[in-house]
Amino acid sequence: MSSHQEGTVAHVHRDDIGAKMGMWLFLFTEVLLFGGMFLVYAFYRFQHQDQFRVAAMELNTGIGTLNTVILLTSSLTVALAIAAIQKGNRFLSVLMLNITLVFAVMFMVNKYFEWSAKISHGLFPGSKEMLDLPNGQILFYGLYYVMTGLHALHVIIGVVILSFMLIQLMKKKITQDNHVKLENAGLYWHLVDLIWIFLFPLFYLIQ
Amino acid sequence: MENHTKSHHPGYSTYFFVWLALLAFTSITVTVAGISLGKYTMLVALGIAAIKSALVINIFMHIKFEEKIFKVFLALSFFTLLIIFILTSFDIIYR
Repeated sequence: MSSHQEGTVAHVHRDDIGAKMGMWLFLFTEVLLFGGMFLVYAFYRFQHQDQFRVAAMELNTGIGTLNTVILLTSSLTVALAIAAIQKGNRFLSVLMLNITLVFAVMFMVNKYFEWSAKISHGLFPGSKEMLDLPNGQILFYGLYYVMTGLHALHVIIGVVILSFMLIQLMKKKITQDNHVKLENAGLYWHLVDLIWIFLFPLFYLIQ
Repeated sequence: MENHTKSHHPGYSTYFFVWLALLAFTSITVTVAGISLGKYTMLVALGIAAIKSALVINIFMHIKFEEKIFKVFLALSFFTLLIIFILTSFDIIYR
C-alpha cells in the first residue's frame, strides 16, 4: 500500500493511480465503441467478401501507409514527452509535444486529401455513383467513412487535449512531480494510434 | 513493500526501439498484403496488428510497469470484447 508518490507534499491531496485508473476505464468504453463497429465490419465482410475486396482496391494504400507511419511516430514523441518530464527535462518535453501536434496535423491533412479525392470521384454516402454500386461496396464505403471518420474525430480531440497539455506544461502546471495529466493525455493519444493499427490493414490492405 | 519500484520508467532508447519494431511490422504487413496468401492474408494482417498493439499497450502505454489492477482491467475488457465477437460469429456461421 505504499502508493504515495515521490515528492507528494503533505498538504496536497492527489491520487495519481486513481486518475490513471479513471482514464483506463474511459479508454475501455472507447474500445467497446470501436469494437462494436469492428463487429459490424466483420459481419458484412464475411457476407460480401468479393465486394469488399473490389471496393478496397479504390483506397490509396500509399496514403494509408504514410498515415500509419505518422501516427506511430507521434505515439513515440508523446511517450518521449512524458519520459522527458519525468526526468525533469521540460524543454525536451515541450519540443516532443510540439512535434506530436505537427504529426497530428499532418495526419489530418493527408486525410483531407484522401477524402476529397474520394468525394470528387463521387464516392461518398448517398451519391449517385455510390448508389449504383452493389450492396457490398456501399457497405464497405459506409464503414470506411464512419470508422475512419470517427477515428479522425478522435485525432482532432487528441490535438485539442495535447495543446491544452502543452500550455499547462509551459505554464509549469505540469512538473516532474505532477505529470499525471500529461500521462493520461498520452494514453488517449496511444489509443488513437492503437485503433488505427487495426483500421489500416482492415481497410487499406485487403487483397 | 515500502520500497517497491512502482515508478520504473523505461528510458528513451526503449521507446525508440519499440518505435523501430512498430515500423518494421508495418513494412512487413504492407509487403505481405501484396503477396497472395489466400485465406491466411487476413489472419497474418490481424496477427501483426495484434503484435503491434501489444507493443503499444505494454511499453508506450506503460501497462507492463503498472500495478496489477490495470492488467486485470485490461484483461476484463479484452475478454468482454472477445466473448461478444465469438457469440456473434456463432450467429453468423449457423444462421
